[in-house]
Amino acid sequence: MDVKIKNIRKEFARFPALHDLSLDIASGELIALLGPSGSGKTTLLRLIAGLEQPTEGQIFFGNEDASLKSVQMRNIGFVFQHYALFRHMTVAENIAFGLKVRPSATRPPKAEIRKRVADLLDMVQLSGLEKRYPNQLSGGQRQRVALARAMAIEPSVLLLDEPFGALDAKVRKELRRWLREFHDRTGHTTVFVTHDQEEALELADRVVVMSQGKIEQVGTADDVYDRPGSPFVFSFIGSSSELPVTLKQGAVHFNDRPIGIADQGEGRARLFFRPQDVVLTDGAEALSGKVTACRRLAGTRIAEIDIAHGAGSSDKAHHVEIEVPLDAPVTLGGDLSFRPTRWRLFLES
Amino acid sequence: MKSWRQPSILPGFGLTLGYTILYLTLIILVPLAALVWRSTGIGWDAFWALAFDQRTLLALRVSFGAALIAAAINVIFGVVVAWVLVRYQFPGRRLLDAIIDLPFALPTAVAGISLAALYAPKGWIGQIFAPLGIRIAFTPLGIVIALIFVGLPFVVRTVQPVMAELDREMEEAAATLGASRLQTLTRIVLPTLVPAILTGFALAFARAVGEYGSVIFIAGNVPYVSEIAPLLIVIRLEEFNYAGATSIACIMLIISFVMLLIINMLQMWSRRRYSNV
Repeated sequence: MDVKIKNIRKEFARFPALHDLSLDIASGELIALLGPSGSGKTTLLRLIAGLEQPTEGQIFFGNEDASLKSVQMRNIGFVFQHYALFRHMTVAENIAFGLKVRPSATRPPKAEIRKRVADLLDMVQLSGLEKRYPNQLSGGQRQRVALARAMAIEPSVLLLDEPFGALDAKVRKELRRWLREFHDRTGHTTVFVTHDQEEALELADRVVVMSQGKIEQVGTADDVYDRPGSPFVFSFIGSSSELPVTLKQGAVHFNDRPIGIADQGEGRARLFFRPQDVVLTDGAEALSGKVTACRRLAGTRIAEIDIAHGAGSSDKAHHVEIEVPLDAPVTLGGDLSFRPTRWRLFLES
Repeated sequence: MKSWRQPSILPGFGLTLGYTILYLTLIILVPLAALVWRSTGIGWDAFWALAFDQRTLLALRVSFGAALIAAAINVIFGVVVAWVLVRYQFPGRRLLDAIIDLPFALPTAVAGISLAALYAPKGWIGQIFAPLGIRIAFTPLGIVIALIFVGLPFVVRTVQPVMAELDREMEEAAATLGASRLQTLTRIVLPTLVPAILTGFALAFARAVGEYGSVIFIAGNVPYVSEIAPLLIVIRLEEFNYAGATSIACIMLIISFVMLLIINMLQMWSRRRYSNV
């Protein structure tokens, strides 16, 4: 089912958590809400679930205004960060809970509930553990029980809050792939919250980047990585360095020296570039600075460079990180010259 | 043979166990043993005759019956009070929280006298019920009220901390799965509180069985009707009938011990069943 969020605003005790936020989620889509802590991503998820009430605005499930419905009536599957399994119930009882609490008119017969539980256990690969209690399971197993429990009610939307946050790296990677397959197989509209950009970029059809209660950008992994819409997105997604520059006469000036061609605007701007988008060069347009650190990163090296201001300036040096080939002559404390080959400019308003 | 010693960061099993046994012996076991020894000193026949005297049996029934009813009422009332104190913020919450402990601190005789004054046919509350033909003070009903008063803090104070630790997300999870508020309460919240509720029940019950001070003022102390076993013990003592007094005490001891043992076992079972710790 598609979900439309229209001009949602949420305040907690007069502290705004979300400002006038709108988002359309297509049916069957896998969406990641990505942002630093405090960006409002979990609040948005809880609003969709109905666990919080918006201060203003509406949420539509299909054509129905879900704002008028209680949590119980929204038919959503919610997986909590710490799973919130019922610890006094076995795995099977946990999964069956959503079916057992239905009014007798819509409650499936016992045999069918049992069969449904068995199918779900099979789907999350936990057959044979139905008699266990949650505290007898590992973190990854609990996560899958929580997912099976949410899926048991055949939700119209599946919502996951930091689904892999409490797991170790290896299990997280496995479950991530598993969730992707699971989504492809079941086709549920799924929204998950994460602060892990790798997770968001790898898993989601579209990523919603949030910051300070606002949506910064919505797009595919390629969109947000290659075409960041704002300085925040550029610096939040992937690694990047920033330099204050001035645009004049069609050129980008740094420390009053032209370092490249500006295709847009005039005035002060912020220049962002990725560590890999540079070449080492001594040319006229090169930037030069002191190497303060150098570290190995898989098949390459990352050099941290302090670029000093022009003569006479007492401001702190600009810290940038660039990728350098393993065989490049880099000495700690020595000078290194380079030039960004691709960058993005954001004019200061 | 399996060793009882377990490796631990803080050793001292032998020392602490020895201390525990010595202490329990001096403080609890020796006086109780003396009681049993004293009561059996008169011979079995005399013991049975004294113990199963009609007046004794009825007094025991009043004592244990009223204690059970009071503890059961305290469980319901105490859980509600704890819920209000834990879940809601309202002006005067801290004050209310402090008032809960008053029955602990008040001399029970004071409580008994004021309750008797309130519930007497001419008292503030008693006069409401008197026209309806309900007498509260000087009847077993009055005893139950006095026992509710002294037992309430036990339930509230044992349930409150466990309730405060409840995982709110479990309730939210139940709601997202379609459970109504009542279903969430009965299937999620209460089951996790069962061990704490049983503990509170046991404490309130034990306190109520042994209660003397507050009860004798409101009970009326009519033999065969509203006379509690502890009072009967005192009456026997005043008659210099030490054998009679100790045999009643002995029976109280046995019944209390069996009941507390059962409650403890129930608690252990529920702890395994409901909290899996």
